[in-house]
Amino acid sequence: MTTETLLTVRDLSLEVARTGHAVVSNVNFDIAAGEIFGIVGESGSGKTLATRALISLLPQAIAVTGGSVAYKGRDVMGMKSRELRRLRGAEIGVVFQEPMTSLNPSMTIGRQLEEGLALHTKLSAEERRERILDMLKRVGIGDPEGALTAYPHEFSGGMRQRIMLASVMLLKPALLIADEPTTALDAVIQRDVMELMVELTRAEGTAVLLISHDLPMVARYTSRIVVMEKGVIVEQGRTADLLEAPKHPYTKKLLSSLPFRGELRVIDTSKAPMVSARNIVVDYAGRKSLLRKAGSKRALHGVSIDIHEGEVVALVGGSGSGKTTLGRTIAGLVKESEGQIRFQGRSRDEDWIDYRLNCQMVFQDPYSSLDPRMTIEALVEEALRLVPGLDAEAKRKRAHETLEEVGLGVDYADRYPHELSGGQRQRVAIARAIARRPRFLIADEPVSALDVTVRAQVLDLFSDLQKRYGFSCLFISHDLGVVEQVADRVVVMQDGRIIEQGDRDTIFDSPKEAYTRRLLSAIPALDQNAQGGVSLKWRLEA
Amino acid sequence: MKKFTFNGLIGGILIAILLATAAIGLFWTPFDPMKLSFTARLAAPSAEHLLGTDEFGRDVLSRLMIGARASVWIGALTVGFATVCGTLIGLVSGYARGWTDGLIMAVNNALLAFPGILLALGLLAVFGANQYGIIFALGIAYTPSMARVVRGAVLSLREREFIEASRVMGNDELYTMFRHILPNCLAPITVLATSMFGWAILSESALSFLGLGVPPPAPTWGNMLAAGRPFIQQAVWLGLFPGLCIALTLLGINLLGDALRDRLDPRMRGLK
Repeated sequence: MTTETLLTVRDLSLEVARTGHAVVSNVNFDIAAGEIFGIVGESGSGKTLATRALISLLPQAIAVTGGSVAYKGRDVMGMKSRELRRLRGAEIGVVFQEPMTSLNPSMTIGRQLEEGLALHTKLSAEERRERILDMLKRVGIGDPEGALTAYPHEFSGGMRQRIMLASVMLLKPALLIADEPTTALDAVIQRDVMELMVELTRAEGTAVLLISHDLPMVARYTSRIVVMEKGVIVEQGRTADLLEAPKHPYTKKLLSSLPFRGELRVIDTSKAPMVSARNIVVDYAGRKSLLRKAGSKRALHGVSIDIHEGEVVALVGGSGSGKTTLGRTIAGLVKESEGQIRFQGRSRDEDWIDYRLNCQMVFQDPYSSLDPRMTIEALVEEALRLVPGLDAEAKRKRAHETLEEVGLGVDYADRYPHELSGGQRQRVAIARAIARRPRFLIADEPVSALDVTVRAQVLDLFSDLQKRYGFSCLFISHDLGVVEQVADRVVVMQDGRIIEQGDRDTIFDSPKEAYTRRLLSAIPALDQNAQGGVSLKWRLEA
Repeated sequence: MKKFTFNGLIGGILIAILLATAAIGLFWTPFDPMKLSFTARLAAPSAEHLLGTDEFGRDVLSRLMIGARASVWIGALTVGFATVCGTLIGLVSGYARGWTDGLIMAVNNALLAFPGILLALGLLAVFGANQYGIIFALGIAYTPSMARVVRGAVLSLREREFIEASRVMGNDELYTMFRHILPNCLAPITVLATSMFGWAILSESALSFLGLGVPPPAPTWGNMLAAGRPFIQQAVWLGLFPGLCIALTLLGINLLGDALRDRLDPRMRGLK
């Protein structure tokens, strides 16, 4: 590795132009050629704005108030727009977070990839085509020729991010800025894309600026790290040092917010299970049209699962594994084609009212799971609407109690969901689910949309409530780190089948199936040390 | 925030003036709006006849005041009819999906394919040209667009997790539809309803113009505008004032509608 400095950022400060509110203050860092450099921070830390400023792609509302950015000794801030355009793409490539929207949906992949080459190089059409095909092959697209004439919607999220990566790397930039490049992807695909990115950039000698909220992921690939909080760099240093011996309280807080393995509880499984699903088959009807009837798609192939009283069962798997479908089927949101679901010994279908009163669900997205036109109090009270034997006063009281229990207090009762943060909304969603004191809770990715420290708080809240009320829980997640913290038992799904299950420690320490090992290789085993630091150990796939 | 209250205020004032005029017109007008006077035919606006007189010597201001009532009444009932029917149809169609949706939307699209005014003309030929015939005909003509808009909103809303949350809570479909889906459709409904109010007044004018509106001598803004057309060269006030009334009412309703939509949405409240 050379020690030549590629990018120098000095005292960079940004503010919201209209209000003068500082969003980034005095940020300093250097990136050396060929280095992989990380910026870690939660939402609102200013990490994305700071990196946007590096290539002068700030939103209109944000103004630069001071500082300088130099690329190979040239001042970026003072560049004319033509110079800037030459810099972007050709010298500095950018991969954005959302693979679903960063490719133009109405252009073929081939034309999109060609755009940059046509703009920044003098290659002939034939040479361009060759370069593109070669690059598509390198990023692992199975049929590069076919991909040229395909449209983005024909590819999955992971494939799109590979294509995005290909389009950026085609120009062999000296620096690649990757802003949350894999956040929208599930754990396994996330790791594949990251590995690919590291491999490609290493081969080309490209430096990478990796921006993410996911500290272990950044730590895995970078040599140096910057931690940002509220627009300020609170700590920077070599990745290993920073993890081992964090100095700033915020870094310590981030590290301690990582999910650690909880104590393994002994669950009494001698009694009949609380919830028992047998041989569940779910077929999604194919698209019907006037002239043809496409075949249906089988999402679950005869799945059986038991959940005992007071037990937290985690259902894990990649996207498309059928874990969400199974959860929704048990909740009664999806109708099973075959199979039977029993609740407390009786068929679920025998007594729906009883089941509805005792089975509740927490959804993934706190932004869409709360009716925007209802106050917090009304939302929680609504859950009590059908509970027999409660008058209006009792319902109100219970709603307030429940809000207190999830740490929101009565002050929040009159607010609307849009006035709350993501974490607070998820607390409301949890309050709504537990207000009825259900015996069984289905939680579908309840913390995936939350920031690291908020996630830790919500998980703690969840564990507290679970201990207090002793409800059984089906906890659906693609994030095995979270699962390691909360689950008693783990059920692994792949392609609509359960491939492995067992108590948490067995699955995490001695997984049998290759797919389980792949899932596990995406998350680190964490060890906390005395200084508040952690050591990360990555499990091997083989 | 400041801007929309300003707009909303103007809209509110315009609508208040309209309603006040219509209300006063019920009890008192400067002259008898039906009284003919051959001595004062086509008189220009003056201290006596503030807005002039028409070709039969009737006072234009008095007729506008009476006409305001007819126009507001027709507009409001038409919009009410189309909004209630369209919303119900849209809700059912979007919520049920499947063949119910297919059937309803097939009929709906067929109706949408007719220009509204043509449809209304046909219906009026059946029901006869009177005030309630117009309301009914225009109401039916506008229902499909409302149904379409509401259905679209429902289709996207029902995929949201809070609808599923309502189902998991055990709420029945009707409750979910009216408690969760309908309130969240209010924004597009208000916007469309306010523009419809404008269309209704305009269509009533157009129908009156074609002689299928409220039959003379009862005044509406539309038939006054139509009646003023032959005299546009000698007595511009005959067409000008009813036209101005229509234009200002539409402006007022649109401004008020926008402000109302923002106020009805809790997400817009308290934004600085």
